[in-house]
Amino acid sequence: MTLLQTRNLTRQFGGIRAVNDVSFALERGEIRGVIGPNGAGKTTLVGMICGRVPPSAGTVEFDGANITRLQPWDRVARGIVYTFQITSVFKRLTCRDNVALAAQRRLTRTTGHRFALPQALLDAAVDEAMAAVGLTEETERIAGELPYGHQRLLEIAMGLALKPALLILDEPTQGLAPGDIAPFCDLIRRTAATTTILFIEHNLKVVLELADRVTVMDRGAILAEGTPAEIEQHPAVQQAYLGD
Amino acid sequence: MRIYALHLAVVAALFAVQFALPAYHYGNVTRIMLYAVFAIGYNILFGYTGLLSLGHALFFAAGAYGAGLTAHWWSFGPVAALGAGVGAALLVSLVTGLIVYRTTGVAFLIVTLMLAQAAFLSTLYFNTVTLGDQGIVLSLPPVELFGAALHLADPAVKYNASLVAFAVALLLSLWLLRSPFGRVLIAIRENEARTRLLGYNTALYRFAALVISGTLSGLAGALYCLLFGYVGSSFASLQYSTLPLLWTLLGGTGVTLGPPLGTAITHYLIDISSGLTSSYMIIVGVALVAITLWFPEGLAGWFRRWRRVRS
Repeated sequence: MTLLQTRNLTRQFGGIRAVNDVSFALERGEIRGVIGPNGAGKTTLVGMICGRVPPSAGTVEFDGANITRLQPWDRVARGIVYTFQITSVFKRLTCRDNVALAAQRRLTRTTGHRFALPQALLDAAVDEAMAAVGLTEETERIAGELPYGHQRLLEIAMGLALKPALLILDEPTQGLAPGDIAPFCDLIRRTAATTTILFIEHNLKVVLELADRVTVMDRGAILAEGTPAEIEQHPAVQQAYLGD
Repeated sequence: MRIYALHLAVVAALFAVQFALPAYHYGNVTRIMLYAVFAIGYNILFGYTGLLSLGHALFFAAGAYGAGLTAHWWSFGPVAALGAGVGAALLVSLVTGLIVYRTTGVAFLIVTLMLAQAAFLSTLYFNTVTLGDQGIVLSLPPVELFGAALHLADPAVKYNASLVAFAVALLLSLWLLRSPFGRVLIAIRENEARTRLLGYNTALYRFAALVISGTLSGLAGALYCLLFGYVGSSFASLQYSTLPLLWTLLGGTGVTLGPPLGTAITHYLIDISSGLTSSYMIIVGVALVAITLWFPEGLAGWFRRWRRVRS
């Protein structure tokens, strides 16, 4: 079943077509990796999906509805959650406040408590998300004091606290220590049990290991799409991306 | 809960000291509590939401004129006039909020400054109604409360009415800022783009913060007008826009008790230095520069950090 469908999606920045006429479909429950050289249009494409970047032309459909004109916050309400390429947690707030901001957004909507959300409910949601990423010990620390890899995990915890239908991760392993990558992949696999995942990634090993299907972009267009095994063999991909 | 206890203790202490204060300081503390309501209102926007307004005189004056004009021209009693003042400030806040809906940063500062100046000039232009910079002197009937007639000229009535307004503003702001709503305001201050992608319509939250901030500032203006029996153009002047900024910077923007503390210090700084020299603003200016250099988080912010480091 299709969860997300873009049709002829285009974004023009001055004279450059960052994304050119892209029709892209995502199945419910899959883990999709997006690869491609710098400037291929990956971040712009997901930007149009989550609403950060308005498209110049084309449409985005999510869960059967046309969401092209929806604001980013309304897309979050429908379950599209984006985590940034550059870590942008609230550095001066505690980890608890960071995750609470995400959790209360979901809880005020689902429980109807608008001004006085029961503290126990909020705490439980925060603790659950922090436990999922293995940061329980750090909950009361100031976010900016965490090592970089943990800030990335905190960012994921904020995403999880929103209980997204589609979680978009932009370069999630960038800046992670080599030893942190395997546990991170485990986390993504566990998350995929309840969430569809779309991730942009430069680390080809991670993509081939984690993704159910891979989309290759180049110069604003989709160059190839397939299983990791197919993508590894694709001649155009080898030429354009693997560089052999 | 400890934080609420601390704030209630401040209110209780202010209630208790009225029986010991000499008459001169009694009047000073009354004014400080009223101005502190203004400062608390200002800080909801500036300290917590991160929006620097240079036009809060607009809201203070809306409250003052809403109360003063209805009392003078339509003979509203003090309670009805207070309601009219707060209502006028609410209305002006809503309209201002719609005008500045999409602006932040420098644009917000300029637009609020411009609106407040337009209001100031209007109070002069429509001087047949407002009596311009000469202002309106009110003589109000006493307020009947539990069978007692409370005369607004009575210093004890002034003091305790100010204290009630101060307590309401302080506890309301504390509750608000610890609520989910307040957490979103702080998030907007820290990183608005990120907050939007957590699912918040941040412009709507900024709008709400402005309306609450403006209405509280208007409450301060309305009470000030009624308790001191006067409203004039100076209430809408630039000075009343810059004062709350000084108060909050001095006391500390990120702390609920910061603005009241800053208000008290500024008031006494002006009071003492004006007794020493006629160019007292030089002393006030130097003190402000010194404090922003050495205590950039304000005095209350500095104290809170000092305690955290010690523990």
